[in-house]
Amino acid sequence: MPERTSRPRNKGQRTKDKVLGRRIDRHPILAFEDRDPVSFSFEGRTMTGRQGETIAAALAANGVRLFRHAEKTGRPRGFFCAVGKCASCLMVVDGRPNTMVCMEPLREGAKVERQTGRGKLP
Amino acid sequence: MRQTDVAVVGGGPAGLSAAIVASKLGARVTLIDDNERLGGQLVKQTHKFFGSKRHYCGTRGMDIAVILEQELRALPCAVLPGTSVVGLYGGRVLALASRERFTKLEFKCLIVATGAAENNLLFENNDLPGVYGAGAVQTLMNVYGVRPGTRVLMVGSGNIGLIVSYQLIQAGIEVAAVVEALPRIGGYHVHAAKLARLGVPILTSHTLIRAIGKEEVEGAVICSVDKNFKPIRRTARRLKVDTICLAVGLTPLSELLWQTGCKMVYVPELGGHVAWHNENMQTSLCNIYLAGDVSGIEEASTAMLEGRVAGAHAAAQVLGPSLEASQVITDSKAELCAIRKGPFGDKAACGKAKLAECAPLPA
Repeated sequence: MPERTSRPRNKGQRTKDKVLGRRIDRHPILAFEDRDPVSFSFEGRTMTGRQGETIAAALAANGVRLFRHAEKTGRPRGFFCAVGKCASCLMVVDGRPNTMVCMEPLREGAKVERQTGRGKLP
Repeated sequence: MRQTDVAVVGGGPAGLSAAIVASKLGARVTLIDDNERLGGQLVKQTHKFFGSKRHYCGTRGMDIAVILEQELRALPCAVLPGTSVVGLYGGRVLALASRERFTKLEFKCLIVATGAAENNLLFENNDLPGVYGAGAVQTLMNVYGVRPGTRVLMVGSGNIGLIVSYQLIQAGIEVAAVVEALPRIGGYHVHAAKLARLGVPILTSHTLIRAIGKEEVEGAVICSVDKNFKPIRRTARRLKVDTICLAVGLTPLSELLWQTGCKMVYVPELGGHVAWHNENMQTSLCNIYLAGDVSGIEEASTAMLEGRVAGAHAAAQVLGPSLEASQVITDSKAELCAIRKGPFGDKAACGKAKLAECAPLPA
């Protein structure tokens, strides 16, 4: 079905050609002061997050959305609630499986890996 | 074992208010929250509240969290952040788990203010990464300053859906559309008007039928629905979005209340199963109270008032009745009543009225 063209769409919103980073640098209400960088690894790749954020937020800022594969179906999963209620974001952190990364503070040198199924205890 | 007069589980608007009131009235209070930071979901609410001055009208939710926390920190109340309640023993002892250790806490009264969890929705691929709850999106962008995507489809036009859509735009993210299954917009006109002015289509009588993508969301298929909410397949169309945001209601987090053995009732208007409670926010077990969204989905302003009622009543139960406690209870009940008489208060008022009809028989 064709897009309706009777009135301009999204006229007040930023246009697509302005590519924005994943970090919000300018905001009409909020000020996100510069926080110290925190270095961590995801699946062996070195990434940088910020002091005071969760692992889930740091991954999202690095463009990572696929956190694990479900046990029975193998389907990809990411976070859903981001406040520690739904258990959709379980990952292996420093070898510890089933870590709820939306609640887990990011620590320097953390080793973050995707989890498959229930994960293996170290 | 650590002991307390009043244990409050949850440090959001309801729990903070309950702890402040009970502590001010002289009870020994312990507040437990699983987050490191107090304030519950207020910390991500960048919008200004409505209502009267007494309900923090004109103040942003995140600032209310700071005001309440400062008020609490000035009182002799024990605060246990980063701690989860993992068990309840004998109706008198809570098992607590923090990152370091397990502890126990014996209480005389318990106030459960655990809040609510976001609902998912039934559609194909609803488990794909990139399908997020509206609250999750708010947390990511307003607390951590991270954009959840570049182009978002919002599902649900209640106040949360409308407010979060506007906040997405404030964060530099495009909102492709808001879809709403009902034939009318659910939230306040003022929020919808802000979106309309920015050219965001709010598609009523529309639903999301499928998320497109293999490893993450790459698009969405929406279509209109008939008056029985049945999708009209021939109207299906694709939207190019990388994020789907669900604002389709909340469910009270009642696990701990189930475990207390108090009477539970199913009231759709309150969001599902809730612990039966009277006007004093007391469950069928006289020393177990609840307040806020766990007692029925409403808003932060009513949560704070319910918290005040529960806190004052619990304090009076421990310390004996006082004029100050009665005053807090009377005033807060009157204010709750006034808010629920407002245009968007009938649903909760109707749910709470249903509770009165199924009062448990005295033991």
